[in-house]
Amino acid sequence: MSLKHKMKNFFRRVLDWFIPVGKRSAKEISKGLVKENPTLVMLLGLCPTLAVTSSAQNGLGMGLATLFVLLGSNIVISLIKKAVPGKVRIPIFIVVIATFVTIIQFVMEGFFPDLNRSLGLFIPLIVVNCIILGRAEAFASKNNIYYSILDAIGMGLGFTLALVLIGSIREILGANKIFGMDLVPGYEPMGLFILPPGAFLTMGLIIAVINKLKQGKKD
Amino acid sequence: MALGSLFIIAISAIFINNFVLIKFLGICPFMGVSKKLDSALGMGGAVIFVMTIASAVTWSVQKYVLDKHGLQYLQTIVFIVVIASLVQFIEMFLQKSIPDLYKALGIFLPLITTNCAILGVTIMNITEKYSFIGAVVNGLSAGIGFTLALVMMAGIREKLELADIPAALKGVPITFITASLMSLAFMGFSGMKIG
Repeated sequence: MSLKHKMKNFFRRVLDWFIPVGKRSAKEISKGLVKENPTLVMLLGLCPTLAVTSSAQNGLGMGLATLFVLLGSNIVISLIKKAVPGKVRIPIFIVVIATFVTIIQFVMEGFFPDLNRSLGLFIPLIVVNCIILGRAEAFASKNNIYYSILDAIGMGLGFTLALVLIGSIREILGANKIFGMDLVPGYEPMGLFILPPGAFLTMGLIIAVINKLKQGKKD
Repeated sequence: MALGSLFIIAISAIFINNFVLIKFLGICPFMGVSKKLDSALGMGGAVIFVMTIASAVTWSVQKYVLDKHGLQYLQTIVFIVVIASLVQFIEMFLQKSIPDLYKALGIFLPLITTNCAILGVTIMNITEKYSFIGAVVNGLSAGIGFTLALVMMAGIREKLELADIPAALKGVPITFITASLMSLAFMGFSGMKIG
């Protein structure tokens, strides 16, 4: 066999391995962003979504904190999945998640005290965010560590995007600001939107728009 | 603790800072179990029950174990484990000794572990520095506030089934918008002056 032939065979083998892995990687990381967005499509983790999105910045902080916990728990759970007995897996998953939440609590307290104050109670409550336990149960306990990392990044970014979107809408309408910067001078903002009712209203209208888009696709 | 301050805790947890509508705790069951009045009442009952007991137990754990040994940083982990085992224990206890109550609340109990309102109220009891009685009253009233919001929502949703609403708003969106109006109404209580 000539060298040229050997090289060709080698590349083909590499490609045969790489194309399905690449395709699947792209799928796992992108599904959380739009198609299976945990917040806007699957309606998981609604409590933090509504509670901390009074500004885009809070939404971003909460999103990234959750992304960190999700990444940590997905990595650990995909590593220990074979050692965990099926019957007690949920308590074990919860303890793993709570460990990472405790870490992020310390990080927030130490480095971002202002953000920590405005997110308040909702930092420890990341433990009971159903997105994290949901991904542990549905994905990380069945897949290897590489795909679990991609899944966590995709889902975490999808959650962050949704929170920043809702936070921006509420901040623009309710405070005439975006990420703390003033927008249109002389415009009287609708304060309702940064209050609790505004959270429910914004969420309801966003889901209505998504429903409308879905229906449009079907017709 | 004076009766007056307990009254303030109760009114504040039920109306002024309603757990669901103002503090956004326990939204998942609020959206999921509010389709029918019966199941809303069952869920509400289960939450009141677990919240009251969880408040008493976690308060004691915090005071006599965590504070005593300087382990406050373990709060999140310990509380979630305590709540999860408590729910399991209550389920087994009811099944054996009060089967009627178990039949009414049984299917809602496993859902409660991941209800963030329970963990929320237990952590709040500590950060607000309530006494033991204060913590129990806070847990009980937070549960009542949750049930109030849930039952009102279920009543409205049963009527909404028959209403003619735009297709895109059907289901979840109209529920959120209804919740928004209810939340607006509950904000009226924050103008109330007590104490």
